[in-house]
Amino acid sequence: MKEKLRQLRMLSKDPLLFTIVIIIFVSVILFILYPLVKVITVSVVADGRFTAANLIKVVSSWHLRQAFFNSILMGLLTASLGSLVGFIFAFTVTRTNIPLKKFFNIIAIIPIISPPFIGALAIIMLFGNNGFITSTLLGLFNTKIYGIRGLLFAQIVTFFPVAYINLKGVLESISPTLEDAAMDLGGSRFKVFRKVTLPLAVPGIASSMLILFIETLADFGNPLILAGSRFPILSVQAYLEITGMYNLPKGAAIALILLIPSLTAFFLQKYWVAKKQYVTITGKPTTSTIKLVSPAVKWLLFSLISFFALIIIMIYATIVWGAFANVWGSDNTLTLRHFAYVFGVGFESVKDTIIIAGLSTPISGFLGMVIAFLVVRKRFPGRQFIEVTSLLSFAVPGTVIGIGYILAFNSYPFLLTGTLAILMLNFIFRYIPVGIQSGIAVLRQIDPSIEEAAIDLGADARSTFRRITLPMMIPAFFSSLIYSFVRAMTAISAAIFLVSSRWNLMTVQIMSQVESGRLGAAAAFSLVLVLIILTAIFVIRNLLLYRYGKLGGTFLKI
Amino acid sequence: MSVTLKNITKIFTDPSNQAREVVAVKDVNLEIQEGEMVTFLGPSGCGKTTTLRIISGFETPTNGEVWISGTLVNEIPPNKRDTSMVFQSYAIFPHLSVSQNIGFGLELKGVKPKEIRRQVEEIMEVMTLTNLYNRRPDQLSGGQQQRVALARAIINRPKVLLFDEPLSNLDAKLRDQMRIEIRRIQQSFGITSIYVTHDQDEAMTVSDRIMVMKDGEVMQIGTPFEIYSRPANTFVADFIGRVNLIDAVVETVEPESISVVCGGGGEHRHKVITSWAGDFKKGDAARIVVRPESLRLSRMGDTAAGADGKATAAAEAASVSAATAEENGTARSEVPFLKGIIKRSVYLGPTVEYEIDVPDVKAQILAVTYNPVEEGFYRNGEEVGINFSSAASHLL
Ligand SMILES: Nc1ncnc2c1ncn2[C@@H]1O[C@H](COP(=O)(O)OP(=O)(O)O)[C@@H](O)[C@H]1O
Ligand SMILES: [Mg+2]
Repeated sequence: MKEKLRQLRMLSKDPLLFTIVIIIFVSVILFILYPLVKVITVSVVADGRFTAANLIKVVSSWHLRQAFFNSILMGLLTASLGSLVGFIFAFTVTRTNIPLKKFFNIIAIIPIISPPFIGALAIIMLFGNNGFITSTLLGLFNTKIYGIRGLLFAQIVTFFPVAYINLKGVLESISPTLEDAAMDLGGSRFKVFRKVTLPLAVPGIASSMLILFIETLADFGNPLILAGSRFPILSVQAYLEITGMYNLPKGAAIALILLIPSLTAFFLQKYWVAKKQYVTITGKPTTSTIKLVSPAVKWLLFSLISFFALIIIMIYATIVWGAFANVWGSDNTLTLRHFAYVFGVGFESVKDTIIIAGLSTPISGFLGMVIAFLVVRKRFPGRQFIEVTSLLSFAVPGTVIGIGYILAFNSYPFLLTGTLAILMLNFIFRYIPVGIQSGIAVLRQIDPSIEEAAIDLGADARSTFRRITLPMMIPAFFSSLIYSFVRAMTAISAAIFLVSSRWNLMTVQIMSQVESGRLGAAAAFSLVLVLIILTAIFVIRNLLLYRYGKLGGTFLKI
Repeated sequence: MSVTLKNITKIFTDPSNQAREVVAVKDVNLEIQEGEMVTFLGPSGCGKTTTLRIISGFETPTNGEVWISGTLVNEIPPNKRDTSMVFQSYAIFPHLSVSQNIGFGLELKGVKPKEIRRQVEEIMEVMTLTNLYNRRPDQLSGGQQQRVALARAIINRPKVLLFDEPLSNLDAKLRDQMRIEIRRIQQSFGITSIYVTHDQDEAMTVSDRIMVMKDGEVMQIGTPFEIYSRPANTFVADFIGRVNLIDAVVETVEPESISVVCGGGGEHRHKVITSWAGDFKKGDAARIVVRPESLRLSRMGDTAAGADGKATAAAEAASVSAATAEENGTARSEVPFLKGIIKRSVYLGPTVEYEIDVPDVKAQILAVTYNPVEEGFYRNGEEVGINFSSAASHLL
């Protein structure tokens, strides 16, 4: 307590820092915490008194109970199967010398830079009622793709890359020399895998599963397209309750229930699993001698991931083809009319999306760097509160945030409904954890005496941050920028509550095209979206390369 | 440009246990003259860095005053203090070139670019950094980084230059070279400097005066000679170099000398000592401090060398030297202060080190002899006489 008071006194001596801390404090409370509190109060408070009526309505409805179980089930299944596919990919890439590694790496990353419902879209186009495979090739008209099977497939395709990236990092950090050593001691290949590699990877796998669980629970696009009415999913039900029935309290109550498993998984991940990660890296990653896998197993793994790769390629080929086919499923003549639509009627939303993502992500990234700096380098009361709260928006499903925003900002003094501001604020604070996390990681590597040296030479706090700290954080800034730009461009779950006729988003457009059965236009939109993202990544990378040369990523290391 | 520390105390709260307090610096008083180079020397964790950071302004003392050239600077933030620091990790700005690093301070002061360039080039010349003007820091060797850090600190002409273990990241050879260079540059610019190290050789080489610290407290402040030959307490005596501490009892105390007796008395066990630290009166237990190289050994019996005919190098040389010692006629004629048995000897080329059991004072004594090829060796098990002069001894 005495320490806190001392910190506060120190803080008040530095007016600039003090102002920034206050601003960040207030905005974190207002734009992250307050909407969540709104979700809770709207669902359990009526006429100023506590009421369980809405929650009881949700729990007593068979349909919604089912939705809860379905959501959890999908979360568990996607988490395990998605992590399994991700692990197979990561293991094959890091532990064998198969050909085409780079290709597989790209294949596994492509779904990350696409709208998260592209899998669902392709499935409808291939296996739906008008699907290419089901109806054109097989002549079936009543397909059973809606429901658990189609959805599971789509979500695995959407989320296994997340597991892949995580687990690749984990496996790379387990030095193959450990495996070599174990094999030297006479372990058989499988035994070494089971007794050395797998146990070392277990915390990483657990962490990846929890992340996938959180993401699947929060997923909105795939279930909206594929779940169908007989397989209700919570996030979709909350959306329908609000936009279909205009029942805000009940929608909020559903959101509240959705929040519980998400937050549980998040805190498990952050405070339990993350602490158990082993670090076996010593200096540079050692080059593996790759002896862990016998040739037979190697080619088995190779065929497995080739099969997965083929599915991904098929999905994207379907989207491309669909974007150019006149009427998907019946008239396959090539046409540009869907693109004409995108760049005609639909162009408003293209423009809006680029403006919103292009403006909010740099702000988000910059703010993330500032918060990271404050958290790592400064001592003030509320520091931990800011860090944990800002990480929260990672864990909270977009649907919940979206509902929170419309509840929180629909009346004076925060009347923001339908404005550019509400979308931007949502994106800024939704992706801020990315910037904060990479900023913190970089700052922890930077020797604090570098900043002290600047102060020692006469720089004040502001010029030290601007001229020394910030430039050193540039690589982290840009990598978080790319990541949050991609997320913002492909976001739907929160944004769908916040768009209006004045400010619309491409993802929401794609959804409504799918709902009205215009698959061609949806495919063309998706394709344009992916191309915009690729262009942005390309431009940012080359700017960085041009400005900082090869140094871009390396000057942190000395 | 003098620096004065008055009753400086720094108490930290332990970051892992908020209730626990760590006294990092305790009541330090020090006056540093203009142009002087003072070293803080002590084992790791004794509060050297903290004291330095209090002077530079990065830590605020819990108690006490810091004065720089007659001004109380406690309330002045580090960026406004006229001190420049050379960090242990060099803290070179990794995204700036060598010249941008060195010119950073001048740029902040608003010096014109042309003038900055001139001064940077000038100092790079002095520091033998020419041709590295546009180099990136990651392309520099350790020694070059060190020089850039020094140049960056010096170019601002600070009132006080602060070094925090600046050489600890260099390899041994470069370290020896750089410490001489640092001393040269410090003297040629005449900048008041404070140098932190845990390496006593380094402290001896670079300092005008040394402040020895332990657990946050000052143990002694003095010239390298005083610290080494006239230590204020056993900690200092022990921490700097190797030392023999021989138990003794005070017999008489005179204004200019103290006479003591060792090992229960006897005809030759009395010593008059002219240098001491602390108060003594008759009958006090005391310790004689004497460095191994100040001991003179002498051969006792006549059964000296090569008796068992073993042709070890030591034995061979001993037979040579027996004759030499005879010639000089010194070693033998002296009546020894103590007698001991050689327990172990290590031949190092220029010197020989002996561990000698001295039963009379129940101690092991370490002696170093020089020039063994002429002075000769003593064999293990041989009885030797041990003596030293009053000038070489000090009483604690
Ligand atoms: N910021 C701090 N917070 C808590 N304790 C500290 C801090 N800085 C130093 N200390 C403690 O103060 C003591 C002195 O540290 P330091 O001055 O760095 O020693 P030295 O430089 O002589 O090795 C150590 O016990 C250290 O753990
Ligand atoms: Mg230190």
